[in-house]
Amino acid sequence: MLLSGANILVAALEEQGVRNIFGYPGASILSVYDALALSSIRHVLTAHEQGACFAAEGYARRSGRAGVVLATSGPGATNLVTGLADAYMDSIPLVAVTGNVPLAQLGHDSFQEVDIFDVSMPVTKYGIIVKSASEIAPAVRRAFALAESGRKGPVLIDIPSDILDCAAEYEPAEQERPLPLSPSETDIERAAALIAAAKKPVIYAGGGAAAAGAETSLMKLAGLIKAPVVTTYMGIGCCPPDYPHFLGVLSDTNAKAAAAIAECDLFVTVGARFNSRYGAFGVLRKKRIPLLQFDSDRAEIDKNILAALSVVGDAALALDALLPLVAEKEEAEWDYTSLPDMAEENRGTRIIRALTRELGDVTVTTDVGMHQEWAAHNAIIRTPRRFLTSGGLGAMGFGMGAAIGAHFASGDTCLVVTGDGSFNMNMNELTTAVKHHVPLVVAVMNNNALGMIRKLQTARKVKGSGVNALYLNVDYAALARSMGARGVTVTEEEDVDEAVKNALDGPLPVVIDFKLPINTGI
Amino acid sequence: MDNSTRQIISILVNNQPGVLSRIAGLFSRRGYNIDGLTVCATEDDSWSRMTITVNATPATVKQIVAQLEKQEDVVKVMDFDPVKVATRELLLIKVAAGGAKRSEIADLIALFGAKAIDVTAESMMLELTGSTDKVDNFVRILGEYGILEMARTGGAALERGAGSLAGSKKSED
Repeated sequence: MLLSGANILVAALEEQGVRNIFGYPGASILSVYDALALSSIRHVLTAHEQGACFAAEGYARRSGRAGVVLATSGPGATNLVTGLADAYMDSIPLVAVTGNVPLAQLGHDSFQEVDIFDVSMPVTKYGIIVKSASEIAPAVRRAFALAESGRKGPVLIDIPSDILDCAAEYEPAEQERPLPLSPSETDIERAAALIAAAKKPVIYAGGGAAAAGAETSLMKLAGLIKAPVVTTYMGIGCCPPDYPHFLGVLSDTNAKAAAAIAECDLFVTVGARFNSRYGAFGVLRKKRIPLLQFDSDRAEIDKNILAALSVVGDAALALDALLPLVAEKEEAEWDYTSLPDMAEENRGTRIIRALTRELGDVTVTTDVGMHQEWAAHNAIIRTPRRFLTSGGLGAMGFGMGAAIGAHFASGDTCLVVTGDGSFNMNMNELTTAVKHHVPLVVAVMNNNALGMIRKLQTARKVKGSGVNALYLNVDYAALARSMGARGVTVTEEEDVDEAVKNALDGPLPVVIDFKLPINTGI
Repeated sequence: MDNSTRQIISILVNNQPGVLSRIAGLFSRRGYNIDGLTVCATEDDSWSRMTITVNATPATVKQIVAQLEKQEDVVKVMDFDPVKVATRELLLIKVAAGGAKRSEIADLIALFGAKAIDVTAESMMLELTGSTDKVDNFVRILGEYGILEMARTGGAALERGAGSLAGSKKSED
């Protein structure tokens, strides 16, 4: 049938099962809005394109399917870049659709023209510029296939606005889901032999395990060989907190996990990479601890640390093939828990524990700062896809949009753990949450400072360089009320458990301004 | 310990806009240094061939190949064994060679199998095709006469024998 480019775009999105998209209109993309009005897709208008991109990410992180974000040309498109980079770093499937100036005006520095295809190149898995209406449907199908296959990631489709108004033939097509990559049988057998020979294995579970839905198999493997499990921020929820050998999230403050890694004789990673944030990995090199790497991306193998053996392919397929070859151990052959639980405790961590305990099956999103660490170590998370955080990029302002997206994917009540610094970045999305009745609990860890920067600058001991104290004295509860949400202030003196209970008693969304001493956790 | 060697990586890519930018961007982003880069048409219109010369350790070359292989527009990557590959590049070079020097240069032209393609009272422009080493050598010797300017193409490389990149791609499909 003959349809306009915009109608083809929307029909192709419907083909992929898209129900919600997040976006912000502008002159170059208005035809798409006309087409959306007549479609089954709900468009969620955010306050800012960055919020829309984070919302699409939150949708993808919670559901596993690609999130979709829509933006106009120029500033609309460039406002997506942080979200695209975030999705790229954390391997999140995302399809970004941008309008651009009409084809004939491309390259002429037209009003609101930016070459977003080139701008986004280093932070996307792939990009497509569509130059005729007949290319739109194939571009959408290809974008979803790429975003959702192998190592997942963001894909950008840039469409000149006049192409959206041109007509072309459109034939609906069955949505083709790419098959996950099967690992080699020989590698699996060799991996089983390596595991059988290890007396002190440690399993390190990352976002790749969650993305492949491999958490059940992962825990079966851990249970069989009685291995302690450490997760990355992205892997939170892969190992339930009641697993007897759970060592928590790897970070510089997790001494127990670091000690176990230093003593292990086989380090097994599942969908986890070696980033630069933690010093703990140096010990693998130094002590020549053999590394067994499961990853869907061949380029991750040997990238930062040489692997003794690698299994390239889908984590769930790999572990399922491995399990029958692994013999059960009676008990762990080593004592890795000699250290006491040294997890840091402060008012912030107590607040986060109380909130997740009270809220039960909640999805947690975070921003970036001290509160991100507190949340990673203290939020009670039992399954993957329930702790959404900017792991690789460390983007402040991620939490609000991500929570809104996660709610649209699941219906969940979402807890946004943020700080006063991070909340200041994207608090505008509270208006989005109010408008769409999104049940958010926004917990602002308000120490009137950029806590993590304060910690770093204190360590540098340079007088006068500290720009971390905010002293804004913003009344976040009043601010929340001004946007139509509920607002509660919890002072430093109040009892945490009681204050949390009281604050949660009422309609959502709510912003809880937890006043903290400026040096909390520093 | 730097065990860098010169390696030639040949890449068959989809012939479409943005591909060169994406591949070149990958090299700069990840800090791989390009010594030479040529892009040319192939026997099939839908593909281009990129020949990239790098100075890198074997581990880095392995990582480069892995990063290239996961690019959507890369059809096939070949990290050539230098012994099994024929490489040629083209050099155009202008030297300050008037008067007496000219006969010496004529000897060099004969020795290297180069060609003189432009001559003025004070200068000569020469053309040479050969392996990178041979071209390097020629440039070094001509340096003594004063090089006015030069342009070289970077390597074109093909593996010796009857096989082909496209052929090995097809046999995989």
